[in-house]
Amino acid sequence: MKIYVPGDSAAISVGADEVAVAIAQKVSGATIIRNGSRGALWLEPMVEVETDKGRIAYGPVNVEDIDSLIAADFMHGGAHKLSLGESEKIQWLASQDRVTFKRVGIIDPLSLSDYETHGGLVGLRRAISLSPEEIIEEVKESGVRGRGGAGFPAGIKWKTVADAVSDQKYICCNADEGDSGTFADRMLIEGDPYTLIEGMTIAAIAVGATEGIVYLRSEYPYAIKTLQKAIDIAHAFGWLGSSVLGSKHAFELKIRVGAGSYVCGEETAMLESIEGKRGVVRAKPPLPALEGLFGKPTIINNVLTLSTIPAVLADGAPAYKARGVGRSLGTQVFQLAGNIKRGGIVEKPFGISIEEIVNGYGGGTLSGAPLRAVQVGGPLGAYFGADKFETSLDYESMLAAGGMLGHGGIVVFDESVDLAQQARFAMEFCALESCGKCTPCRIGSTRGVETIDLIIQGVKVDENKKLLLDLCEVMTDGSLCAMGGLTPMPVKSAMINFPEDFTGEVSRR
Amino acid sequence: MKYSTWSQEAALAVLATLREEKGAVLMALQALQKEFGYVHKEDVTLVANFFNKSRADVHGVLTFYHDLLTEPPADNHISVCVAEACQAVGSRQLEKDVKAKFGKEVHDGYCFGNCALGPSAMVNGAIIGRASVEKIAKART
Repeated sequence: MKIYVPGDSAAISVGADEVAVAIAQKVSGATIIRNGSRGALWLEPMVEVETDKGRIAYGPVNVEDIDSLIAADFMHGGAHKLSLGESEKIQWLASQDRVTFKRVGIIDPLSLSDYETHGGLVGLRRAISLSPEEIIEEVKESGVRGRGGAGFPAGIKWKTVADAVSDQKYICCNADEGDSGTFADRMLIEGDPYTLIEGMTIAAIAVGATEGIVYLRSEYPYAIKTLQKAIDIAHAFGWLGSSVLGSKHAFELKIRVGAGSYVCGEETAMLESIEGKRGVVRAKPPLPALEGLFGKPTIINNVLTLSTIPAVLADGAPAYKARGVGRSLGTQVFQLAGNIKRGGIVEKPFGISIEEIVNGYGGGTLSGAPLRAVQVGGPLGAYFGADKFETSLDYESMLAAGGMLGHGGIVVFDESVDLAQQARFAMEFCALESCGKCTPCRIGSTRGVETIDLIIQGVKVDENKKLLLDLCEVMTDGSLCAMGGLTPMPVKSAMINFPEDFTGEVSRR
Repeated sequence: MKYSTWSQEAALAVLATLREEKGAVLMALQALQKEFGYVHKEDVTLVANFFNKSRADVHGVLTFYHDLLTEPPADNHISVCVAEACQAVGSRQLEKDVKAKFGKEVHDGYCFGNCALGPSAMVNGAIIGRASVEKIAKART
């Protein structure tokens, strides 16, 4: 009898470990599988049992529920007030279009046979049979763009690295998912780590790299453990090492753990950090594609970008780009977070509206109070009110609306939010996390906090608002990287979309 | 959490495991902290000499990263996430309350990737969702 209890850290955070232990003690003959989470996080811990009718889900299950579940014979799919029916038919999940996340929550994350049964390694085997040029052509043709936030076409980046001549090249995976409201990288690594390893191996073969590094943040201890185990198993299997699956290609993969610096998610700061230095941003050019890690040509891609590649190779570019809108092709793994009733992972083709995600999937606020604002795209993304909820979630539409898609995180706030305080926090966070290399970011962020404080206190409000907008312009245009360059986005969008919070009057607060 | 007592020999033994690594200064400081709970003041010179860097280089790395501690840690390591998604569900107040109760054990946290089940906290490496002062108190050792 197979019983699935997610080992994802979000599930663990609400008691999945205790539930797994209790089931193991009380249900004899149960094989407990610690799968990833399917992403309906408000249902965690979501326990599933394998039956003749497929997997039946129960959730959210607490330790106190185990006795009544056993009494209801949940081991064979018995009826219970926590029963969610067949997992595959839960509407919230069934209505999604899972490409990157297709195996997450379904398989045992570390079982290679599970991985292969569910379509794993098909993309890599095809890549091995192709020439590097053909792989890159397929990736270019698919239209996959960088999921870290910048949206740069992956195929073009790969081509640049492939064309560079060097004795050594690197594949670096940016898993420094520091943006609040984003957790897809973590969930993928914890729930389906082989997909990332497969994507990185394909990238390595395409550009002629033999070493890969995953820069994984220290705040994700569970992901670090799972990925390290997956790398070790892949090594023993003959996937990683001197001959990838018996081919002429060699590929070694290592994890480097971050040390609590947000700016190290910026690609050049990340390279410095991997080299063991302070995470100070590098000026571009030279592009990392030509002079990256240790000065060698380097592909830097986000976890989701690399984890989407296996599907592109397995099913072909036409199948992938059949989804999406305009130049935003394929699917995006949206992450719904904050004050939200039904938070979690929603993978849909680009072009779904904010409304469909936040109110459709999300079901409004957790507190039950009216929803006032969303922040899309992480701490550097814009604050929008309900008047912008029809905006299509794709790279171009979000830009046109004065925001950005970023890494696909959407944070929901109810009416208790004070947007002047949120704007202040954006500047404060930038002051704390700035690497210090360029002046607009290093000094501007502190001046920003001071100026917003004056506005909040009602001191020369109009003059200080003007000054703040001027400061935002300097930071946007004058900063070396996106940290200082985009901090004005939450600040300005809060001022523009919620002017009533910037009057200096205390009534709203 | 239990850590070894610092000595120069023990620190050098940690560094010896990283001899073959490229760009190992940050890794070395992390490894020393893992072993001893913090980076001892003499470690800067040891790391600098071992990897042929200047002490300024090593000091620069040590002071850049929030994770690295230069004082022996408290008995528990508590972080409450104070980033936006957790702010939306009351983490600012939670952080104040937790700090008032557990003082020096509490460190700032910025996102543990548990943003749909906030407020989130991490206690001695274990993640806590829908966190409260009570839940955090229970997770302490």
